[in-house]
Amino acid sequence: MKKLSRQILFYSALIGIWALLAKLHIWPPYLFPPPWGVAEALWAGFQDHSFWIGIGVTMKRMLVGYSLSVVLGMILGLAVGSYKFLEDTLGGLLVSLQSLPSICWIPLAVLWFGLTEKAILFVVLMGSLLSVTIAMEDGRKQMPKIYGMAGRNLGAKGFRLFWSVLLPASLPFIVSGLKQGFAFGWRSLIQAEMIFLSLGLGQLLMMGRDLNDMNQVIAVMILIIILGFIIDGLVFRTMERKLQERWGLVPA
Amino acid sequence: MSTNPQNAYPIPSDHRGVGRAGGLRGKPAASVTVLPLRPEVANVVPKVSLDGISLSYKTNSKGHLVALDNISLQVKPGEFVCVVGPSGCGKSTLLHLIAGLHQQSSGQVFVDGKPVSGPGTDRILIFQELGLFPWLKVGENVEFGMKMKNVSKAEREEKVQYYLRLVHLSKFRDSYTHQLSGGMRQRVALARALATEPDVLLMDEPFAALDAQTRDLLHDELERIWAETGRTIIFVTHNVREAVRLGDRVVLMTFRPGRVKQEFPIALPRPRHIEETDVARTAREILDCLREEINKSLEVEYADEKVK
Repeated sequence: MKKLSRQILFYSALIGIWALLAKLHIWPPYLFPPPWGVAEALWAGFQDHSFWIGIGVTMKRMLVGYSLSVVLGMILGLAVGSYKFLEDTLGGLLVSLQSLPSICWIPLAVLWFGLTEKAILFVVLMGSLLSVTIAMEDGRKQMPKIYGMAGRNLGAKGFRLFWSVLLPASLPFIVSGLKQGFAFGWRSLIQAEMIFLSLGLGQLLMMGRDLNDMNQVIAVMILIIILGFIIDGLVFRTMERKLQERWGLVPA
Repeated sequence: MSTNPQNAYPIPSDHRGVGRAGGLRGKPAASVTVLPLRPEVANVVPKVSLDGISLSYKTNSKGHLVALDNISLQVKPGEFVCVVGPSGCGKSTLLHLIAGLHQQSSGQVFVDGKPVSGPGTDRILIFQELGLFPWLKVGENVEFGMKMKNVSKAEREEKVQYYLRLVHLSKFRDSYTHQLSGGMRQRVALARALATEPDVLLMDEPFAALDAQTRDLLHDELERIWAETGRTIIFVTHNVREAVRLGDRVVLMTFRPGRVKQEFPIALPRPRHIEETDVARTAREILDCLREEINKSLEVEYADEKVK
């Protein structure tokens, strides 16, 4: 309760200062929009459904791109974590690729896929794939060997060994990587949308810029923050809590 | 010999007469009341047969470490064999080989006369660290092996209930394993292994980490379950008294390279107790033999210390 009241106080103060600065008219409203202007833009955006559509399109892309990267990343990470040869070769490449912002893939993506949905998904994939892969590789190595042995001993092999034993056994070790992968993918997606101009929140933000409507720009920025926050809190925190409960781990 | 003749197992339908003095195994034809002291299972294909098993590892620089050297051992169906030896003698490794989780360098493991080429649910190993799955509930852990064997849902359900009752854990079916005590987890591991209905149960120092009271209780339970289910058990331990308490036979291994040094048939009447004088006396004999090996292992450890 104490935390909540502090947070309410903090955000009210923040908005208060923002309102005050806007009221003083130090900068013109098209450079420094007032909070009520942003609120109006938010209201209008939801009224004419453009924000709903933007959120829907962006979330769908995120879902598809991220799911793809989780599946691929797990397979890749498991392979790299299981075979020394792959670790020595591919492993190093993956780590060095991680230093590349995924937005750098855009020129190639456009060349390969054109200005299409696929190109955007590709950029999201490249954004989150490496985090997931590296996390899975780490998880594979950190995971106590006993689970794999116990699974084989009880008759699990092949895909079932992976699905029923190796994957759940490595979850506590990869959940932070999954989270990081999501955050990277989310950023890549918004960046890609800002460049591709094909619906989505990124495009709404750029539209605000083109119309010189800073109210909308900030409104969309707030939407992006809130969405990212909600997913982190709802999906990943819940997952972490569930894992801790099941495994009997003390929350870190 | 028979200190308490009417103290048989509290199992009414023990048609095989297991648990009476002498512990007859396998052959229901024999009389139930007067029993020979040794298992009377002649001319039967051994359940498990180790034929000249050797295993050597490559070490960092020094070349090869021979962990197991030419081990041959026959285990009869329904027999309870305990393997003792100093730590580092390769007794756990031996179980892993029988379970098919590792490959020996030479020699062959046979189960029912057929060579072992990998893991199989006819042999289930209970690991020293148990390896219970923390993401599954107790009941789901017990169910796991049956699921992998594609046993039908109804049958799985029935067997989970049966085996949880057998280890007295019916109430904890929906708990997670970390919520249980050490002894309870041990029993979950036992139930999980039994539920796949293996012919051979391989146990790797399963009770080493438990307090004495819990261990005594689990000895009783294991003996009862063994009698009830007729499994062949190969039980590895460093505790000689435990081996004498449980085994039809105790196999003593040497330290590095691991060899079979001597076998001791244990003809004491069942049920036994770990504090009994007969158990202690027999254990003493074996321990004298084992001490030599323990000293060898300590020498090696101290030598390693000096090198560092």
